[in-house]
Amino acid sequence: MTESSLDHPDRLWAAAEPKRSYDVVIVGGGGHGLATAYYLAKNHGITNVAVLERGWLAGGNMARNTTIIRSNYLWDESAGIYEHALKLWEGLEDDLGYPLLFSQRGVLNLAHSLQDVRDGVRRVHANRLNGVDAEWLGPEQVKEVCPIVDVSPDVRYPVLGATYQPRAGIAKHDYVAWGFARAAAAYGVDLIENCEVTGLDVRDGRVTGVRTTRGPIAAGRVALCAAGHSSVVAAMAGVALPLQSHPLQALVSELLEPVHPTVVMSNAVHVYVSQAHKGELVMGAGIDAPNSYRQRGAFHVIERQMSAALELFPIFARAHVLRTWGGVVDVTPDASPIVGLTGVDGLYVNCGWGTGGFKATPGVGWCYAHTIAHGEPHPLSAPFSLDRFTTGALVDEHGAAAVAH
Amino acid sequence: MLLIPCPWCGPRDEIEFHYGGQAHVAYPDDPAALSDEEWARYLFFRDNPKGPFAERWSHSAGCRRWFNVVRDTATNEIHAVYRIGEPRPVIA
Repeated sequence: MTESSLDHPDRLWAAAEPKRSYDVVIVGGGGHGLATAYYLAKNHGITNVAVLERGWLAGGNMARNTTIIRSNYLWDESAGIYEHALKLWEGLEDDLGYPLLFSQRGVLNLAHSLQDVRDGVRRVHANRLNGVDAEWLGPEQVKEVCPIVDVSPDVRYPVLGATYQPRAGIAKHDYVAWGFARAAAAYGVDLIENCEVTGLDVRDGRVTGVRTTRGPIAAGRVALCAAGHSSVVAAMAGVALPLQSHPLQALVSELLEPVHPTVVMSNAVHVYVSQAHKGELVMGAGIDAPNSYRQRGAFHVIERQMSAALELFPIFARAHVLRTWGGVVDVTPDASPIVGLTGVDGLYVNCGWGTGGFKATPGVGWCYAHTIAHGEPHPLSAPFSLDRFTTGALVDEHGAAAVAH
Repeated sequence: MLLIPCPWCGPRDEIEFHYGGQAHVAYPDDPAALSDEEWARYLFFRDNPKGPFAERWSHSAGCRRWFNVVRDTATNEIHAVYRIGEPRPVIA
């Protein structure tokens, strides 16, 4: 094959055949699995690694999220890992040598009630104490940042103000996955698609390998990155996780002129909106209430989401829904992730990111790789241990996790 | 949208109902006697199967009664609907 005039390679990575054994097997080839593989190789020199994906790379939630990146969470523990991620995002295109369309266009989290205002102001102060950029804006300032938001007082849920994080933004989710995949493969990591894990081998309390639809693979360490299917995979090793899997829906409009310069999220009316580089409005909903592993949800959830969007953005009245879809998200009781040890030697878990895992991709890859390499948690992910549900040291982010939990 | 057969009112759209999560989770007989691990299990851990799942629903826009459903979370197919207090039906 001759290369095109753009010098675009035929393949960004080589499809690998599974070998009989690896030092580390990562279960799940989404953004988190690929980032973990990349940082295992780059930061720790561990390259005898396989990423196993039951479908195609980054075809699950990595292909289905609304690409919002921010770090304005309430608690110190969350600010630590999300801000670490945001700092990595700020250098990631150079680090991976790959364009990610990372755009720091800011995020507004709207307040519609006095309690929203109190919570928002508290969160701005907490963010600043943690070195996270944050401002409190009144309705007129919200209008300056995003002129199409209706801030008039006579709507059902008037905008009373907003938190604003200028360094937040969006990125092109597929490019992020491809960038990590290409860079990991360049270090010698095997990326293996159509390879579903059907069992975990545990002997004398230590994981020894995985069974897959493409045969057994021995492993020194196994790192789960299975998102919505984490409960199913962890159960293969007898590990119970405090997760519930729900569909989370999103949608896009047709391509429109640039009208929306930032990202707007509203807990109270249940919608979050940005405009992609191509021009489509990208909107997310709350989760569908019933547990399900179906990557689709009920239409009434979309209807509610659209009514909320129209209330905030009357200009959207003439736009059309082009496409809706769903992904399966794993939600924890405190709306914070679980990253770390499992009680089975050599078996690690990264799950529970619920509706907000995309923004953490480089940060969690960094911390999870450290955890796998050293056999103990990275300081930034240590608070997100599985045993916090026993000790009671929860990291309650239901406010900052925004709409969907 | 799910079509849920309320055992009192018959089949109605999902939008009339409120979800209650896993069914048959009993309050501990003697909470004070539980270890931290056992209490965590009761408080935070629920089954999350990919397959048949016994769950609670309330017909909140209808008769307002709670009842139980066995639904397959992989397909959304409803296998059984039964009233509170009745045992979980055996699904073939």
